[in-house]
Amino acid sequence: MTEQMDVIIIGAGHNGLVCGTYLARAGLDVLFLEARDAVGGMTATRAIDTDYHTPGLAQTSFPVCTQIRKDLQLDSFGYSVGKAADTISLEQNGAHLRIGQQGPSGQGVSNSDTMAFDQLKKEYLDYAKALRPLFQNKPPRLKDFDFKDKTTLAKLGWNLRVGLGSDSMNEFLRIATMNMYDILDEALENEQLKGALAADAVLGHHMGPRTPGTVLTWLNRLSGELNGSLSVVDGSDSQLGHALRKAAAASGASFRLNASVRKILVEKSRAYGVEMADGEKIKAPLVISNADPRSTLLDLVGAPELDAMFAQRVSQIRGAGDVAKLHLALTGLPEFTGLAGADLEHRLIVAPTMMYVERAFNPAKYGECSDNPVLEITIPSLQNKSLAPAGHHVMAVNVTFAPYNLEGGWEKAKDQFASKVIDQLCRYAPNLKSLIANQELLTPQDIEREYHVREGHWHHGEMTIHQSFMMRPLYGAAQYDTPIDGLFLCGAGTHPGGGLTGQPGHNAAQRILAMRPAS
Amino acid sequence: MTINKEHFRRALQHSPFHSRLAALSLTEEWTGWNGYKAARTLDKLSTEYFAVRSSCSVMDLTPMEKYRISGKDAFRFLDRLVTRDLSKLKPGMVTYVVWCNDDGKLIDDGTLFQLDEDQYRLCSQHHQLDWLLISSIGFDVNIEVETHEVAALAVQGPTAYSILTEAGIDGLADLKPFGIAQLQCNGFPLVVSRTGYTGDLGYELWVDPKHAESLWDALFAIKPRLDIHPIGLSTLEMVRIEAGFIMPGFDFNTAESTIRADYDRSPYEVGLGWLVNLDKGHFTGRQALLAEKARPVKRRLTKIYVDGNKPVREAFIFDAKHGKQIGEIKCATWSPILKANLAIADIEFVNGKLPPQLWARVDYQRELKWLSIWAECRVSDKPFYTPEHRSATPPANF
Ligand SMILES: Cc1cc2nc3c(=O)[nH]c(=O)nc-3n(C[C@H](O)[C@H](O)[C@H](O)COP(=O)(O)OP(=O)(O)OC[C@H]3O[C@@H](n4cnc5c(N)ncnc54)[C@H](O)[C@@H]3O)c2cc1C
Repeated sequence: MTEQMDVIIIGAGHNGLVCGTYLARAGLDVLFLEARDAVGGMTATRAIDTDYHTPGLAQTSFPVCTQIRKDLQLDSFGYSVGKAADTISLEQNGAHLRIGQQGPSGQGVSNSDTMAFDQLKKEYLDYAKALRPLFQNKPPRLKDFDFKDKTTLAKLGWNLRVGLGSDSMNEFLRIATMNMYDILDEALENEQLKGALAADAVLGHHMGPRTPGTVLTWLNRLSGELNGSLSVVDGSDSQLGHALRKAAAASGASFRLNASVRKILVEKSRAYGVEMADGEKIKAPLVISNADPRSTLLDLVGAPELDAMFAQRVSQIRGAGDVAKLHLALTGLPEFTGLAGADLEHRLIVAPTMMYVERAFNPAKYGECSDNPVLEITIPSLQNKSLAPAGHHVMAVNVTFAPYNLEGGWEKAKDQFASKVIDQLCRYAPNLKSLIANQELLTPQDIEREYHVREGHWHHGEMTIHQSFMMRPLYGAAQYDTPIDGLFLCGAGTHPGGGLTGQPGHNAAQRILAMRPAS
Repeated sequence: MTINKEHFRRALQHSPFHSRLAALSLTEEWTGWNGYKAARTLDKLSTEYFAVRSSCSVMDLTPMEKYRISGKDAFRFLDRLVTRDLSKLKPGMVTYVVWCNDDGKLIDDGTLFQLDEDQYRLCSQHHQLDWLLISSIGFDVNIEVETHEVAALAVQGPTAYSILTEAGIDGLADLKPFGIAQLQCNGFPLVVSRTGYTGDLGYELWVDPKHAESLWDALFAIKPRLDIHPIGLSTLEMVRIEAGFIMPGFDFNTAESTIRADYDRSPYEVGLGWLVNLDKGHFTGRQALLAEKARPVKRRLTKIYVDGNKPVREAFIFDAKHGKQIGEIKCATWSPILKANLAIADIEFVNGKLPPQLWARVDYQRELKWLSIWAECRVSDKPFYTPEHRSATPPANF
């Protein structure tokens, strides 16, 4: 039997949920088809053992922007902003650096470090603010602007020119395509501080601090800070994924889980539905994909339905994941040298210097794992007790860099790499090993398989300059629509990229609603 | 493929027929064609021309780009490549095709041979390997360059059938235009297709280069009884215009070599709209062509007779005597058989229509002095020259 819907959303990641909820609230019949057994995509709760769960792949996030929060009434579905988390940059000798609401602190931090940091942060938050219209709207087309593009550009121009003032504007043009290494070296002296910020700029990307464009990736991250403080994702009911699921259900959208889409049905360049893995066909005049652009266009639509050069450009999208995830089920709370138990509710990182981060990236260029990876560590069970049995804990670690295309293959290297990361962690938390009840390492290849995202990429595709803004994911499909009529993209692979922002989903919904003939 | 390590000693490769061509060349007028040494002329132009139109001509086609396309998805790949509906193509058949880029602009034209199930040969004017590979993403298809592995000869003219038959190639009587036959000639195999670029009765022969000279000799052994002449590119230019065939890269700029906006051309703009099927499955450029079709016609390559007998190569077209310049001649020839000045011109349409009057301003030299006259042009909707004998099956015996 074939069903007929107004809208099919392929994938119920948080961006799919945002997009679909907007459309359902606009009166459309929306059906989510999710391949996994839960909604939320990379932010869905994940079991690592019968008694231990983690909140998914995303470990820390900024609050979702107020527009989405208000429009979708997320607070009434339980959403609340998580507790602000500081970043603690670990040193083996216990001389940690802490970056909190009040700026940096720690043994090695001087007054001038604090001032320089504040100055840098203020300047860059101003840039991020100026760029806001660009992040919160569909990126303007490269030619043939429509009204919306003009207002976005007008706001952007106004913000850059008038908001920033001409000196800042000149400075912005100078730094926009620079790399973080040079910027931080110019602005700061404290190596530990530079290391921590450099790590933020490359998180989730196949980039080192010296890679051009890392200023923009950092600005993208800072734009999250405009919505509030970073917090640890703990998978509790107040988290974005759960609130979105409820909001979507309340808006009348329906869900199917374990429902893997095999094909987008296309005739004469128009999408008219999907075919499920079991062969069932479901029809809809609007098909929106939360899957990454390459999977959507090359696997679900298929190159034969696209023009040759466009298909070639899609196949050239850069997006080999370079972050692995280590999950540990722990029988107790580990002790970190120089940290109190309460400190462990914060975000811990291992990125002692910029050079350390750059060195971690070097092997990744040649398809090898970092000898000394950059680590981002959270213990979400401190906030959400339901994740582990009483007194027990789960630890999540983003391990950077671990290339998708590992020389020699992941099969043999995986266990060894996991042990190496655990050994590295033990240098900061010596009793960790004795507490491990279970562990899993998800390589980008595992992430690809389990989360159905091509090459396991955090952002569904690199956030290089040539794959950003009006060129994200690529020229010819950069405004959420594609060359296939009725087929739209709404996931992290689209502007403004990955993370738990909901922004791609929001922008896509606005675009789709604006394109619909008024009825 | 064996690599010829001596290739650098020659700027231009010798074709497998070169020894025979060189022996018969009276003019020694050579040129480069796709990396091969090719004859521009071998004899007087009129001798060569009348060989095509009154007896039999032979032309070395080896330099043509040839691609072997095979594999499970070969058909689907080709159908998505070209603008034409290929569903009627069968083993043993040839069809004329064009292909476009994403913007619906022509990349090249060619002849597509279906040699067997899932086995095709694509012959084109320009190098296409990169475009074929780009187009192959998502298809289970094998693409090999076979330009140098297949020697090719065009045998064209009213007596072509008789000459081939007398040379020992049996089985051509039933071969219809655009048919392919796998035949023998004095003990070696060859593929014969009833195709050509002259508009006359004619065949193209495809053989292993090692049999090239034997094939040539078998044909020229008939010469004492039925005349046969090798021809070069200059004659081909005359007869292809008479036959109304256009030449990518000469009559219009091919898309992949175009830099300036609007200097490339769509199939509609070169008068090949009949090769575009917007109702078949997806093919590259389909959406762009659909949009183009909905707009008024902007321009078109148009076949025209130009009054008078002054050669009109490189003349502008106007909408009246001393009127507005609306086009330019892309290729032209004096047709000895039609006694007319023929040309193909790129003409801007007005409000979607061909302007009612067309004039060419013809600049010509008399005793080294430049003069200019106005010549009226008449549009020809059909190829200029289409003799009945070209499609007769079986062809007449001489
Ligand atoms: C290791 C790792 C660590 C990360 N850490 C953080 C972090 O700390 N902070 C942060 O903000 N971000 C982090 N991210 C990034 C963040 O998780 C993603 O950018 C974000 O979740 C993307 O959301 P999305 O809704 O666009 O896509 P996804 O969450 O990927 O959801 C897409 C959904 O589509 C489904 N789908 C795909 N194909 C099909 C199909 N054919 N049929 C049916 N369903 C399909 C998938 O199953 C999935 O549920 C991390 C990512 C990784 C890989």
